[in-house]
Amino acid sequence: MVFGRSERGGGKAPAEPVTLKILVAGGFGVGKTTLVGAVSEIKPLRTEERLTEAGRPFDDTQGVEAKSTTTVAMDFGRITIHEQLVLYLFGTPGQDRFWFLWDELANGALGAVVLADTRRLADSFAAIDYFERRSIPFTVAVNRFDGADRYPAESIRDALDLDEGVPVLQCDARVRESARDVLVSVVEHAMRAAPRTPAGA
Amino acid sequence: MTDHWFDDAAGPVVRPYAMTRGRTRSSAPEAQLDLIALVIADGPDPGPKDPDGSVAEDKLLADHALVPEHLDIVRLCRASTLSVAELAAELDLPVGVVRVLIGDLLEAGLVRVTRPVPPAELPDESILREVINGLRAL
Repeated sequence: MVFGRSERGGGKAPAEPVTLKILVAGGFGVGKTTLVGAVSEIKPLRTEERLTEAGRPFDDTQGVEAKSTTTVAMDFGRITIHEQLVLYLFGTPGQDRFWFLWDELANGALGAVVLADTRRLADSFAAIDYFERRSIPFTVAVNRFDGADRYPAESIRDALDLDEGVPVLQCDARVRESARDVLVSVVEHAMRAAPRTPAGA
Repeated sequence: MTDHWFDDAAGPVVRPYAMTRGRTRSSAPEAQLDLIALVIADGPDPGPKDPDGSVAEDKLLADHALVPEHLDIVRLCRASTLSVAELAAELDLPVGVVRVLIGDLLEAGLVRVTRPVPPAELPDESILREVINGLRAL
């Protein structure tokens, strides 16, 4: 749908490109920007949102002036599937105090990746809770850091108390094919999570 | 009096929200300006090359009370269709500022903005299958 000087009804305007977004969440330093960069056709871009709100339940802003302003950076990338279909990847801000920005990012998201580090699994709890509560389909991708112990997917599923349907993958966020497989898993999971009319029906 | 307002210690006088004349909200409803909404140039001069660029741009500036950043957006969108997020990154401006500027351009009829379809409203699975196939081909 198009706003502005668009033709309304009747006339066959050329189809507008469809844009979709997948979020990449996880604790600070877990490799979100690395994963975005591994698959994006553009160098990950950074944009800033100015924050003027405070006081939502999960903000860690107690004691801060209600109208204080700050900016938060988001990294994002782009994958053009074809001219009419573009997928954007957004790395969510790592710090919990910027959670209220997630609401805008999460709104209309196709799904999400929760990147986890086995040495700091607890860092991914916040993101998992967030997506579970909003019924946003997500895949947990365990980034293989050198020197981190490897655990079978089932142990990780138990440790994170994940629902059965949530895919758990091992990945190397630096490697394009590995990052790509994580994204494929998210889209497949999104298809299962919200059954739609089969294609061509 | 105003002569004494600005000195070296005051720092740069032009701050991002000066471009928006202090507005922090777009005149266009927020819902139209999703981060992944695409901005498509839709002006009176749709051609990629403007034979008499500067004159036409001066006229645009005068006609619509636009600032140069407005024209930067139109120029970028003529070169390729970009999302709100990409425009903000390209122009190195906060998303909020870019939203206000795009709202002005919408009002002036110089751009159109797509409304991203929420995944739940996708007509069928075929688009998601295309995404999966496209990703596998990477």
